[in-house]
Amino acid sequence: MRSFVLSATLLAASFAPLAVSVSAQQLLPAQSEIGFVSRQMGAPVSGRFKTFDAKLAFDPAKPAAANIAFSVDMGSATLGDRETDAELPKPVWFAVAQFPKANFQSTAVKRLDATRFEVAGKLTIKGLSSEVLIPVTLAQTGAQTVATGSFPIKRLTFRIGDQEWSDTSMVADAVQVNFRFTLTGVPKL
Amino acid sequence: MNPVAVRYHLLARVLHALLGLLLVGMFAVGLYMADLPFSPLRLKLYNWHKWAGVVVLTLSLVRLLWRLASPPPALPIGVLGTMPLWQRRAHGVAHVGLYLLFFLVPLLGWAYSSASGFQLVVFGVWPLPDWVPVNETLAGLLKPAHRYAAYALAGLVLVHVSAALKHHFVDRDGLLSRMGFGRVRA
Repeated sequence: MRSFVLSATLLAASFAPLAVSVSAQQLLPAQSEIGFVSRQMGAPVSGRFKTFDAKLAFDPAKPAAANIAFSVDMGSATLGDRETDAELPKPVWFAVAQFPKANFQSTAVKRLDATRFEVAGKLTIKGLSSEVLIPVTLAQTGAQTVATGSFPIKRLTFRIGDQEWSDTSMVADAVQVNFRFTLTGVPKL
Repeated sequence: MNPVAVRYHLLARVLHALLGLLLVGMFAVGLYMADLPFSPLRLKLYNWHKWAGVVVLTLSLVRLLWRLASPPPALPIGVLGTMPLWQRRAHGVAHVGLYLLFFLVPLLGWAYSSASGFQLVVFGVWPLPDWVPVNETLAGLLKPAHRYAAYALAGLVLVHVSAALKHHFVDRDGLLSRMGFGRVRA
């Protein structure tokens, strides 16, 4: 009986790291950022989202089993300029009252090499969805994993800057999204 | 007196006319656009204003260098003789003030744009470096600085134009024709 309990405990302990590593993965928001760069009449204008969250289950050794979901608080967007920031929540841009959150849900994760991965998924902004392919580079130091990457989206796909703002010679259609996520609990690369 | 000798050089006259028109236009557009609600028109005018500001800055530099290389003709003795001391002093101070503001106003506008997070890309093609950091507090200081420097420039331009018109219509001393393109009356 005692040896059974002991072996059961050992068995549980040996599985524990795997179970914990996936379920306890967390995003450290203070050390993470989501930014974007758009162009207004040729001039780059960068902004960022202050509030976002993630649900992660990711093992670099088993990319096919990964599940990565992000939600971004659209009302937290800032360009660092008060006058412009006051415009972003309006219906023509992010329509925050109607669509407070943007979401990303992964559909397939592929490992490219030792540190680089490719995450395919569905991006939903303003209630409109589009497939995106996101290159991600991972770097691990101690218990923390930093995921960085950048990918282009087209703002008009999501009706961001509707109506009088749909002229792409004024505000370019292409918007580059940049991110740096600091994660804990990701298994070793 | 050789009438041609008292004239400003052709380049100086062309730059004077061009910058005069540009500055009046810039001031009017600047006043108008600042009160516009957020709209594509506002964004367009802001960008055109910034691009034109870079043109003003560049032409003012050419103008200053030309002025240093080829100093303008001195005031005619006849005109100078009728000017009281305060007018002769004001003439000097006003021109130094004008030149300072030709540079200060666009530089403050450029800095204000940079501090607000909008890098200058001239004609949407040539990016200019930001020489101040993106900083909301700094932007809040630079905005009125640009505005009041522009008011000061507008004020000096008014004084300058009034003085020139006074010489032309009251004193009838032909001073105005030194900057003109017609026949010189001297």
